[in-house]
Amino acid sequence: MTWLILGESGLFDLRLVAHRWLLSVPFWLSEGRTSIFSPKGTPAHFIFGLSMFVLAITAGIFLAAGGVLTYVLIRYRHRATDSDYEPAQIYGSTQIELSWTVIPILVVVVLFLTTARVIFNTEYARKPREALDVIVIGHQFWWEFRYPKLGIVTANELHIPVSDPHHPTPTYLEMSSSDTDHSFWVPQLAGKMDVIPNRVNVMWIDPETPGLYLGQCAQYCGTQHAKMLLRVYGQSRGDFDTWVAQQQQAEKRDASTEEGRSVFLRNACINCHAIAGTVATGRFGPDLTHLAGRDTIASGAVPNTPENLRKWIDNPDQMKPGCLMPPMHLNDPDLNAVTAYLTTLH
Amino acid sequence: MADSVPLTGALDLTSAHERRPLTLEILHAWVTTVDHKKIGLMYIGYALIFLVIAGLEAIVMRVQLAVPQNSLVSPQVFNRMFTMHGTTMVFFVGMPILFGFGNYLIPLMLGARDMAFPRLNAFSFWISVFGGLLLYFSFLGGDGLYGAGNAPDVGWFAYAPLTAKVFSPGHSTDYWTLGIFLSGIGSIGTALNIVTTIVVMRCPGMKLSRMPLLVWLYLVMCFLVFIAVGPLTAAQIMLSIDRYLGGHFFDTQAGGSAVLWMHFFWIFGHPEVYVLVLPAFGFASEIIPVFSRKAIFGYPAMVTASVAIGFISLSVWAHHMFTVGMGPGANTFFTLSTMIIAVPTGIKIFNWVATLWGGNIRFTTAMLFCVAFLFQFLVAGLTGIMLSASPFNWQLSGSYFVVAHFHYVLVGAILFTIFAAFYYWFPKMSGRMMSETLGKWHFWLFLIGFHLTFDFMHIPGMLGMPRRIYTYELDRGWGVWNLIVSTGAVFQALAIACFVINLLRSYFKGKIAGPDPWDAWTLEWSTASPPPVYNFATIPSVQSRRPLWDLKHPEDSDSKYEL
Repeated sequence: MTWLILGESGLFDLRLVAHRWLLSVPFWLSEGRTSIFSPKGTPAHFIFGLSMFVLAITAGIFLAAGGVLTYVLIRYRHRATDSDYEPAQIYGSTQIELSWTVIPILVVVVLFLTTARVIFNTEYARKPREALDVIVIGHQFWWEFRYPKLGIVTANELHIPVSDPHHPTPTYLEMSSSDTDHSFWVPQLAGKMDVIPNRVNVMWIDPETPGLYLGQCAQYCGTQHAKMLLRVYGQSRGDFDTWVAQQQQAEKRDASTEEGRSVFLRNACINCHAIAGTVATGRFGPDLTHLAGRDTIASGAVPNTPENLRKWIDNPDQMKPGCLMPPMHLNDPDLNAVTAYLTTLH
Repeated sequence: MADSVPLTGALDLTSAHERRPLTLEILHAWVTTVDHKKIGLMYIGYALIFLVIAGLEAIVMRVQLAVPQNSLVSPQVFNRMFTMHGTTMVFFVGMPILFGFGNYLIPLMLGARDMAFPRLNAFSFWISVFGGLLLYFSFLGGDGLYGAGNAPDVGWFAYAPLTAKVFSPGHSTDYWTLGIFLSGIGSIGTALNIVTTIVVMRCPGMKLSRMPLLVWLYLVMCFLVFIAVGPLTAAQIMLSIDRYLGGHFFDTQAGGSAVLWMHFFWIFGHPEVYVLVLPAFGFASEIIPVFSRKAIFGYPAMVTASVAIGFISLSVWAHHMFTVGMGPGANTFFTLSTMIIAVPTGIKIFNWVATLWGGNIRFTTAMLFCVAFLFQFLVAGLTGIMLSASPFNWQLSGSYFVVAHFHYVLVGAILFTIFAAFYYWFPKMSGRMMSETLGKWHFWLFLIGFHLTFDFMHIPGMLGMPRRIYTYELDRGWGVWNLIVSTGAVFQALAIACFVINLLRSYFKGKIAGPDPWDAWTLEWSTASPPPVYNFATIPSVQSRRPLWDLKHPEDSDSKYEL
């Protein structure tokens, strides 16, 4: 049984564990970049408002019912001094029972109507002409983002413009999956929407301030479900346009990385990955045309540094056990060369 | 407590003293028995073993999640743990333990000598056992291909197409399918048996309107089993056809539908929650009156509410699917149907409180568990209302908030009343009392553990933590909450240890109970503890809902007041 409990990663190192836990301390009281209670977009605000209303009503019910229950338990407890009397037997009361049937029905009506309004406000919202369209494709265990009108394909880090309430420019996400079920969840922007194969779901988001919004896959999709992280960059119009222009550029060749480029194109890399302007047109893995422009690799699991990239190419399973990219078994010079090449893909 | 008053003629005092049987004879008698009491006890024992196993699986998960970026177990092992934990707890702990109590108590409460179909009873039990063994055999036999894993790792609701051969090679998913398929056959068999028993085996005078509430709740539960388990079984067959015969029901690459599986699963899965919770209501409805020393308040309303819950629970399944993009129409409908179920459920809570009102409340261990149940079920109901508001659900679904919510129901309501049922009926089943001292330790440790774990589990959910992740990032602020949650698991484990010790110790050394230790009112307390194999030498006849109350208080009998 020991192998089963300990897994592949060896013994339970208490010092390491304590260290990691301490590292997380400063984040306990941070504003909560994945909290559903710090909305930064219209759908999240709708939900926040509704949730406050529902919380107030349920808290009221809890205090009333819990209070009566506490009172009854104290008031009618058997005391040591009591005799073993049998209290009066009461079998029911139509009036009282009617009242606690009718009052809850009224509460339900109010809750339901309030909820229905939010459902229709969110799902029947009119799509402005200025809306940006992005196609989201869930993969085991990463996200593909395609901007059909802009001719951009990228992965894991979604760049969208912030939306001015007076001239709303929301982003409409058309979502589907290439394999199993996933779910797109960035709590500060909107509720989640499942990403399901052979089905297209649509949701919209409109960050109100520039910034990075975090989230992750919220529907169990297989081994590395936990490391299918999401990063949404809300950008001012100017920043977004700059980003778009940069993404639309083709590969810039650089003599110093020609060797790495040829290693990349000679190996199985191209079966799964695409780099625009080369023979690499694989679609199974993330598009690498502008890889160096991303902050993270492995779907947000680690920062995009040359060391991490090198480790990743060498053996992805070490960083993200169960991910679908095989170890490339390159020799050291090739590994260094291909890493150097990839870090130039801005 | 007043002296016990067994019904005259309940015991056959003429049988001769027999010699002590050999161990092998005892074993043989248990394996071949068709006695509802022995089958009931075997169901309970089998469920307790699985409770401990599935509890240990939960401990593995809690240790792994205690700190961020932990690497105690690999993701594959973690995924197996939550799949096995969920599947085991629902199908091989919850269902069998409730069927066990039902098997044991229903004939006794109805004044019958056995279930309607004793052999079907034994068949249902053993086929369920076989299902559980098959599921766990996957640890050895699931590795159909080298490296294809062992125990299933698809989650307890096993969403398609993750269960397809291409995503789940090897045999582990097949063991999961077969285990559930067999346990489903057992469940339908036992449900059929219980319904038939209730319809035809009631003793003279036991009209439907005089049945103990527990029996009513089992009746509704069994109808739900008929309706709900069928689709689940069908879905398992369809999944097997997909996996082995080239079917495309759920094969999305060939035009199949992932959402179809969700509908099939949840049309089972939501009624299943009520299948588990209705008997829990039954336990509470028997125990709370006895320790308040009052008749249940509003019996007809309680019965109506139970039947209403049964009906409405069939129309709420897609509230598990608010995030699959069903559109505003369906989302609105399922929001309404889900909210409506709060009404009959509220009636039940209010009627239990009214039963306590004006009572002379004794806080025995059984009663303590029921009182905690009332508070916790109230909270579970309220978080349920939050989840029913579908936009709120778009944030909360699939997060740890949901995990906290349904554990509030499954542990806070169902497991608490199951423990209450143990303390209450153990004397009847074994002839000996359970220790109240150890019982109080069990209760308080479990209460502390439960609240540490499941109260604080709501918070990371609201902070954006999805369920079923084997680890989480440092910068999310979830670490402290998860550590508290994991600490609670330690208390729960200690409490379960107290409980197991209490069971074993009391079985051998407990105080002799006598037929009616709680001065209770239903028929099972009118015969010896443990009851003889024939239950009642003379079939009793009853005039009211509380026959033993009538017998003890002839001047003030219930039959004068009941509707």
